[in-house]
Amino acid sequence: MSRNKLIGYGLLLVFGLVAPFLFPAFKLQISIMWLLVVLSLTWDTQGGQMGYNSFGNIMFFGIGMYVCSSFHIGMFFSLAEWTEGGGEKTFLHTSLQYFQGLSVGLILSGIVPAIVAALIGYGILGLRGHYFAICTLGLGIAMGEIASGIELIGAGQGMTTPPWPKGIGGVELRSQFYYYLCFALMVITFLFLRWVYQTRFGLVLNAIRDNEDKAEAMGIHTMRYKITGWVISAFFLGIAGGLMGNMIGYIEPTEIAFAGASYGVFMVLMAILGGKGTLWGPVIGAIVFHIFKEGFWIFFLGWQYVALGLLIVLIVVFFPEGIMGWLREKFPERFGEVIDEADRKAQVELE
Amino acid sequence: MGILEVNQVYKYFGGVKANENISLSVEQGTIVGLIGPNGSGKTTLFNSIVGTHPIDKGSIKFEGKEVSELPIPVVAKLGLLRTFQQTRIYGKLDCIQNMLISHRHIEKGLLSVFAKIPEELNDKAEKLLKFVGLYQKRKLRAGDLSFGQQKLLELAMALMNEPKMLLLDEPTAGINPTLINGIIDRLIKVNKEFGITLLVIEHNMRVIMSLAQKIFCLAHGQMLAEGTPEQIKNNKHVIDAYLGAE
Repeated sequence: MSRNKLIGYGLLLVFGLVAPFLFPAFKLQISIMWLLVVLSLTWDTQGGQMGYNSFGNIMFFGIGMYVCSSFHIGMFFSLAEWTEGGGEKTFLHTSLQYFQGLSVGLILSGIVPAIVAALIGYGILGLRGHYFAICTLGLGIAMGEIASGIELIGAGQGMTTPPWPKGIGGVELRSQFYYYLCFALMVITFLFLRWVYQTRFGLVLNAIRDNEDKAEAMGIHTMRYKITGWVISAFFLGIAGGLMGNMIGYIEPTEIAFAGASYGVFMVLMAILGGKGTLWGPVIGAIVFHIFKEGFWIFFLGWQYVALGLLIVLIVVFFPEGIMGWLREKFPERFGEVIDEADRKAQVELE
Repeated sequence: MGILEVNQVYKYFGGVKANENISLSVEQGTIVGLIGPNGSGKTTLFNSIVGTHPIDKGSIKFEGKEVSELPIPVVAKLGLLRTFQQTRIYGKLDCIQNMLISHRHIEKGLLSVFAKIPEELNDKAEKLLKFVGLYQKRKLRAGDLSFGQQKLLELAMALMNEPKMLLLDEPTAGINPTLINGIIDRLIKVNKEFGITLLVIEHNMRVIMSLAQKIFCLAHGQMLAEGTPEQIKNNKHVIDAYLGAE
């Protein structure tokens, strides 16, 4: 890595670490922004790098959310009584219980969706193109409906997540705690995917996107790599869901957990806005998108969805390849697309 | 016994008899041609050999091993590779990446795919790109190359995989006449220096006559004739099939 790049990464890291002190009023919003970055990065693994437009990745988000809180509560109390009693009225976690439960919950909120992805992957990833998109869309919606039917996790009424334990600092500490968890998750996801895309696995994903038949004809067992890619996405997405549930404090099956119409669409939009199939595209896309959306929310309330629709149209018409794709078109040399003039001689010799 | 033995293969698509009782054998280290009018079942035969679709009857043996039931990637891993008539490359990757991904990967468990790509592969990729004359454009996206260059890239990718046998589906279709000579030279070199057996579908008679040591001719899904280029050239059935006499 070049020195300039290292400095760049360092500055971003420092910004992320001091942001809650610089903008204390926006702490929650910046936390959500980091989670959105995770959402768009993991969607891009399918939609951008692998060429499988998934509209159902939201299901891993929702599963992670429910799993995290269920274990967080279930380790110490009866989950059924909790959801029936509305949670906080009857039970309180001690500090130790809270953090023990949270760490177990967060780890499982990554592992369980990953297992789900592996189990359903073999059947679903055999579909291609529009069929895959429609199938995943249906799965995402079905998951929400199924969750609204399970009494144990509060059915359609939803469930509350454990309240912050008393006696260790108030709301301020809580939001700081979750801010850093979100930031850490974003950094880990980014670094992990950055590494993965540099290995042969990254090339395999791209090969599947560009021509899956060719990849198979060249001896690549595409199915197992498609599943692996989905498992990776599901893992990080599940943890993001677990964190989101805790930050909001309340899990509702179709509006928050399996929110296909909001986060499910946002993750696709963000990745496309930034430029799918690139490492930085989804990150930039998520940040631009979030600032844009929240800005409208604050200053032009009531118009935010109109603006969002307009943004989608603008993206599709003027930036079909996203911000990164547009940059690449403008400055191909910066992306390493050069014709090697020095070797023109070698070319001639061969003829 | 040949490296590839196709024995009485039948393949029907509904009422269409794409391949009927096809038998052919390719000796190790030779260049063999497969010709025939459009729709005579040449590409279907290729598809059957590499496992794109199951055959209805018959057997296909590669190095003595029955391959007609194996899935495509497994056949490819055995060292039996094909190129496509409609060139298939990875359009959004640059040429070097196209080459790197084509390297035959020996799997030691799923995790081995997460290993870094070794440096020496880069050298090998550049050498092969020089061989087909694309070195200069190695950093460009493959999708931005011209059709002819994509064909050359596809050939280089196949070589990167180090197959034992290559099935080439019209390697010179859509390529300008001066470049065709270059391709013939390279195919002969591939055969001689890399020791790769070639089975070539070709419509350009000049190309196939100067390349192949033995030629099979298909028509209407059936084997019409086989023999040396001289014999095929003078075979009345072949001439009739191409010129349309009944």
